[in-house]
Amino acid sequence: MFEGWDAVALARAQFAFTMSFHIVFPAFSIGLASYLAVLEALWLWTGREVFINLFNYWLKIFAVAFGMGVVSGIVMSYQFGTNWAAYADKTGPVIGPLMAYEVLTAFFLEAGFLGVMLFGLQRVGPRLHFIATLMVATGTLISAFWILSANSWMQTPSGYAVNADGQFVAADWLKVIFNPSFPYRLVHMVLAAYLTTALVVGAVGAFHLLRDSHLPGPRVMFSMAMWMATLVAPIQILAGDQHGLNTLEHQPAKVMAMEGHYQSHPDGAPLVLFGLPDQSAGKVDYSIEVPKLSSLILKHSLDAPLAGLDTVPRENWPPVPITFWSFRIMVGLGFLILGLGLFSLWTRWRGRLYQSRVLHSFALAMGPAGFIAVLAGWITTETGRQPFTVYGLLRTTESASPLSAPAVASSLLAFIIVYFIVYAAGLTYLFRLMALPPHPGEEGPSGDMPVHAAGITPAAGAAALRAAR
Amino acid sequence: MTGIFDIATIWAFIIAFAVFVYVVMDGFDLGLGILFPLFPNKRDRDVIMNSVAPVWDGNETWLVLGGGGLMAAFPLAYAVLMPALYTPMIAMLIGLIFRGVAFEFRWRTTQSERNRWDIAFAGGSLLATLAQGIALGAILQGVHVEARHYAGGWWDWLTPFSILTGLALVVGYALLGATWLVLKTEGELRDKAYHLSGWLLFAMLGAISAVSIATPFLHIQYAQRWFTWPNIIFTAPVPIAVASVTVLLLRSLANKQDQQPFFLSLALFALSYAGLGISMWPYIVPQSITIWQAASPRNSQLFMLFGVAVLIPLILGYTAWAYWVFRGKVRPESGYH
Repeated sequence: MFEGWDAVALARAQFAFTMSFHIVFPAFSIGLASYLAVLEALWLWTGREVFINLFNYWLKIFAVAFGMGVVSGIVMSYQFGTNWAAYADKTGPVIGPLMAYEVLTAFFLEAGFLGVMLFGLQRVGPRLHFIATLMVATGTLISAFWILSANSWMQTPSGYAVNADGQFVAADWLKVIFNPSFPYRLVHMVLAAYLTTALVVGAVGAFHLLRDSHLPGPRVMFSMAMWMATLVAPIQILAGDQHGLNTLEHQPAKVMAMEGHYQSHPDGAPLVLFGLPDQSAGKVDYSIEVPKLSSLILKHSLDAPLAGLDTVPRENWPPVPITFWSFRIMVGLGFLILGLGLFSLWTRWRGRLYQSRVLHSFALAMGPAGFIAVLAGWITTETGRQPFTVYGLLRTTESASPLSAPAVASSLLAFIIVYFIVYAAGLTYLFRLMALPPHPGEEGPSGDMPVHAAGITPAAGAAALRAAR
Repeated sequence: MTGIFDIATIWAFIIAFAVFVYVVMDGFDLGLGILFPLFPNKRDRDVIMNSVAPVWDGNETWLVLGGGGLMAAFPLAYAVLMPALYTPMIAMLIGLIFRGVAFEFRWRTTQSERNRWDIAFAGGSLLATLAQGIALGAILQGVHVEARHYAGGWWDWLTPFSILTGLALVVGYALLGATWLVLKTEGELRDKAYHLSGWLLFAMLGAISAVSIATPFLHIQYAQRWFTWPNIIFTAPVPIAVASVTVLLLRSLANKQDQQPFFLSLALFALSYAGLGISMWPYIVPQSITIWQAASPRNSQLFMLFGVAVLIPLILGYTAWAYWVFRGKVRPESGYH
């Protein structure tokens, strides 16, 4: 079985598959950890019961999502070795330390304080518990810092040298860490995580408001989520634009693929809205174009020349159709999120934020939009980097392990089966938790855990809060 | 080869330390999964899960540090060993996925579904442990390396010796799990754990003996390392210490001293681990790649050493705090799910 298959293509499929399943959980838990910290801070500050109820409600969801993120992440940290051994040997001296710092500064921080965050409120009191929540939230952000630095270095390598064994080695660690695309990618991804979480929180709030618009918990979470979408979506679009300009400078072929520019345009390139890229013919069929708009966006001038893939050797072309389409999905969803934010602002101004069924239905439909946009964005940037793992320096075909196709195909098949079982179950449990509205006296995950009192009742919570003051 | 305390040596000890911390910490919670089928009662199972739920995440992070640290500090070893151990590694990852999600999932379901996640927890723990033990055996017996690549076959890891080390690790983790239960539980559950600990201790001694006898036959170098003069001055104390710890462990089990068996079992692991280190040194891929050949450039290792020197003590500090917060016996009445 699988004898005639291409081992590298299978290894790429395996990475894409396991990575796609993994990335949605960090994207969600980065945003949710920060949201939980805000909710707990508001509870400590105001003493209002609705905030601790919301905190406990989302904490249970966080626990399930975080667990799934951890186990799918362990797979990633070993996959560099199992399927991409040549890559690991060559880039280990540069990428390895960045990932080691991620483990040391972020993973341990998250895991170390997670237990106290989930089960420890009664044992350590609200103040220390809040610090634990802050540590977990900080950990998720530090983790984003290091892993995006490592990814960005593969996109825009800098501060490196090559040694006698053909390994990349660091010449200047600051240049390695703060490589040219890193600040843009970090901002873009963290904002994406916040928006993704806001859309999920907003959809859950909208779902319950559609049933009963008087529930206090769903009202608070919906309002908070819509503020987030309103304020952050425009910033995200601006950040995405800046990230694109940075990509144009450092990875022009990726932008050509995103834009569908097979041909060069010496006097003003059109913006291709839609079309069917034909990679073998090197042209976009049935394209709908706005003349000169691409030059205006990318060069801020209508007549600025833009080079196309015809200036790039064919063996260095990224796969245009995937990059082209995933980019459009991401941008389209970005503008839909902006629309949701503006719509909510308008209904808020009209005093109908908790009554508008149209808004609630829109917000409910947009629940998964953040995840899809994050996936589409990563597909854009990762396929746009092809055919290299380290941009311009190390080809994907030179990065793989010396494995035969059956070995890679079998493990891919195993991961597909396991992920579908585990993720189907996990999503079911998440939906089950979200289908119930938060209620007074909401218990944390500690309801079934080793605490002295029976869970976190509002009375116990209030008493603990008073004792802390 | 350079001096004894050069930076590659320091890193070999750091990686060895991370793997050891992983083995003792995840060892006992994997052990609980292995013992799970012997505790069919739901109340017992809830207590067993509760005894590690707050800390298992942190335990598994040491495995990520082991993998990530190996890639960073000894990229060649990582690049050779991972393809060589391909199947055990994939099996371990899949086992860890099932048991990891079971911690959360089993609280979120109905009775019949919970049984399924209990099976996932037990099966995943057993699979991950077997795979780790087999990987250890496969490393010890050596892998075929040519020009910075693994050059062996897909099934090279599977030998009677690697099966033996796989089973030995299952027994060892089960012992850690049983003595952990002695430490953390009360009543009938603890009595049963005492009973199991005794049997598992004898099985563990059998496993240690079998692996110790088989190892010198793998390579003549292992035999020379252990049995030639003057090495024997340094190697002989290891089996003597194992015998002494065993006596203490037997006595603590007989006297029902709840605190001691777990820590003495850890001591048994530490000694076995030291024995392993004596056999392997200075190779990181036995008999083909030394730690100096596999080492990252000095500036990569130095860059990380700063972080490790500051962060590992900090990590150990707050991890100890988390264990302290959840100290003492887990009481069944606090769980009412």
